[in-house]
This record gives sequence, C-alpha cells and structure tokens, in this order.
Amino acid sequence: MGVLGGAWEWLADGANWSGEAGVWHRLGEHAYVSGLALLIACAVALPVGLWLGHLGRGGTLAVNVSNAGRAVPVFAVLALFMVSPLRSAGYVPTVTALVLFAVPPLLTNAYVGMRGVDRSVVEAARGMGMSGGQVFRQVELPLARPLVMTGLRSAAVQVVATATIAAMVGQGGLGRIITAGFTTYDTPQVVAGALLVALLALAVEGVLVAADRLLGPVRRRP
Amino acid sequence: MAARNCLVANDWVCWEYVRSRSQELTDATVQHVWITVLSVLIGLAVALPLALLARRGPRWAAPVLGLTTLLYTVPSLAMFSLLLPLFGLSASLVVTGLVLYSLTILVRNVLAGLEGVPEDVREAARGLGYGPARLLWQVELPLALPALLAGVRIATVSTVALTTVGSIVGKGGLGNLIAPAVSSSFKAQVLTASVLCVLLALVADLLLLGLQRLLTPWTRAAAAKGA
Repeated sequence: MGVLGGAWEWLADGANWSGEAGVWHRLGEHAYVSGLALLIACAVALPVGLWLGHLGRGGTLAVNVSNAGRAVPVFAVLALFMVSPLRSAGYVPTVTALVLFAVPPLLTNAYVGMRGVDRSVVEAARGMGMSGGQVFRQVELPLARPLVMTGLRSAAVQVVATATIAAMVGQGGLGRIITAGFTTYDTPQVVAGALLVALLALAVEGVLVAADRLLGPVRRRP
Repeated sequence: MAARNCLVANDWVCWEYVRSRSQELTDATVQHVWITVLSVLIGLAVALPLALLARRGPRWAAPVLGLTTLLYTVPSLAMFSLLLPLFGLSASLVVTGLVLYSLTILVRNVLAGLEGVPEDVREAARGLGYGPARLLWQVELPLALPALLAGVRIATVSTVALTTVGSIVGKGGLGNLIAPAVSSSFKAQVLTASVLCVLLALVADLLLLGLQRLLTPWTRAAAAKGA
C-alpha cells in the first residue's frame, strides 16, 4: 500500500500539476499526440481496409501489414526519426511513429469486418438491383461496423499506451513523468505516471464506446 | 586513411561501423535472443496452467482473461519502471515484464486451442480409458498445437520488438545500442541495430513457421484436400 499511497500523495500535490514538466502540460501533449496520430491513422487505414474488403482483394496484404507492424519496435522507429532531420520538427516524429503503429489494427479489422459480412446478404442486395456503392454504404458498412469499432478501440488504447515510449528519446507526453521518476528512484512518481496513462486510455475507450452508441444506428426493439 | 570515412561523415549505412563494432553487435544480438527465448518459454510455462484454470468455467475464465488483458494495457515503459524496486537493474526485470506481456496472447491462444478440441474426440479418448492427464498430453494438447503455435509466433515477434524498451535498465539487447546512439546522433548505429531487430523478428517468425509445419503436418494435408 505504501507505493500506491505515495502515488496518491504525488498526484494530490498541486505543485506536480503545474509548469512545463507538470501533469497538465504532459497530459495535454499526450492527448494531442495520440489524438492526432489516431485521426491520421483512421484517415489512411479505414478507406483502404474498407475498400479492399468490399472488393474482396488484397487479404494477404491486410493481414501481413498487421504482422509486419508487430515486428517493428516503436522505440527503434522513434530513434530513427530522432537522428534524422525530423528531430527538430516538434511532435512530428512521435505522431508519425504512432500513426505507423495504429494503421495495422485499423486496416486489418476494417478488412476482416467487411469480409465477415454474410455473402448471401450481399448477393440479395445485388439481386435487388443495388449498385456497388449502395451495397457498400447500406449493407456492408453497417454490418461491418462492430468489428471496425473494435479495431478503432484497440488501436486507440494501444496508441495511448505506446505514446509513453516517446519519453525514451526525449519527446513529450506522460512518459516523461515515468522516466523522470525512474531516474530519481521515485517509485511513487512512476506509479502515478503509469496510473495517469491507464486513466487516459480508459477515458479514450469510454469516449469511443459512448460515441459508438450515440452515432450508431438506433436499435429497434425485438 | 580512407579518403572518405563513413563514421566521420555519420552516414546512415556504414559497413565500416558494422566491421569495427561486430563484437558489440553480436553481443547485443545474443542478449536480445536469449532474453526473448527465455521470456516466451517462461510465458508458455505460465500460460498453460492459466489456460487450464480458465477452462474450468466462466467463473475462472473471466478473472484470468481480464487480468492478462489488463497487463497488456500497462505501458512497457511503466511496466519496466514499476518492476525496478523488485528486481533492480537486471535482466530478470526485463524477462519478467516480457513474460507478463506474452501471457495476454499465449493464454488466449492456448485456451482457444483447447476449446477447439471436438467433444466426441474427448469422449472417444475417455472411452479408451484415458485419464485426465493422459487425455491432456496425448489428445488435447496435440490437437491444440496449431492455435498454440500461432500464439507463440505472435508472442515471439512482439517480444523481440518489446525487448528494445529494456534498454531503460540497460538490458535491452539491441535497444542498448539504440538508446545511446540517439543522444549522440549516431545514425549508422541506430539504423543497423533497428534493422537487426526487425530481421531477428522475421527469422524467429520463419523458424516458428517451420516448426509449426513440422509438428502439425495434418493441417497442411487438410488444407490441400479442402482446396
């Protein structure tokens, strides 16, 4: 309990929240970097994944992208960016690295979701005279939505957790609270930093679930 | 002296670096490999009983799967930092963290494999007089092997990548070469270590794929017949 109590005390101390290295600033950086990366990744991966799924082609690509993404260490990618001219471009290295890691789960889930749509439903829609675009928008997309949203949620949680690695190459975010606590052997601060990252991940997941309920189609009572 | 030294020019690709530091690179790769292998093996040894526990019913499955999934959301940096008071600056710290991460994938896949064993196969084995232990080792585990090995492949590839973060405590295999090279902007070292790391993951994946084919020849035969 000692460490958790210490973490609570650290979080309760207002002095830790203000300033350049304070929680508010780091939280802002973390949320900004993760949010931007997720948006860009969605803009890139969802159209490609949905389109490939609609066409029923490129399945190997969609799956292999996901496997390849797992093999590349985030830390190495960030390190490569930091020794390239990108290092002086502010948040660009972190955001780019995070986009690269958010694309695979989004792409794979979008593709798998589209392919998982019952073929007989698609055939029926075509038989009713729907065009390819109509089938895509009115049949496949609504049916694939749960899996696409699952991919989005796991990508979001992953991005929030991974953004802490940026601290290892001196970039901002909540990871800096952890590394600062690490170098000063301040375990309560490390725990506090980890708790903040976990809370942010949970909050993002909650927001996405709520948005899904609000924006999703109205479920008719059976 | 060579007219143009790529070490002085700080080029991305530099064979002179690979040649002059081959010992350092080999040591880092060897450390990377044994940390990964040890983590996945221990992870598998821990995941098996956990999966067997989770199989007993939803009352066990929910906490086991919930806990192992929760572990995966802990950021790797925080995980290694949190284990520091327990292990100090040692390789066992990194291995423990990696084992905890591998559990998420391994427990799920072992469980999926065991649950995929057809009930009539189990019944037949029981009818032949197989006890629970013999049923597990000679019938269920071999049939669960494809799912289990698929899990081992995923876990190994992600463990190879995650090991680099261990450089925060100085035991990150190739990550140990990346971390100092970032602060000194040593391009060749960052690129060489990163490429080696990805190659390591690819080689591990291919080796495990080979093992999978060797151990489960019936899956390929079935696929060929189905096609």
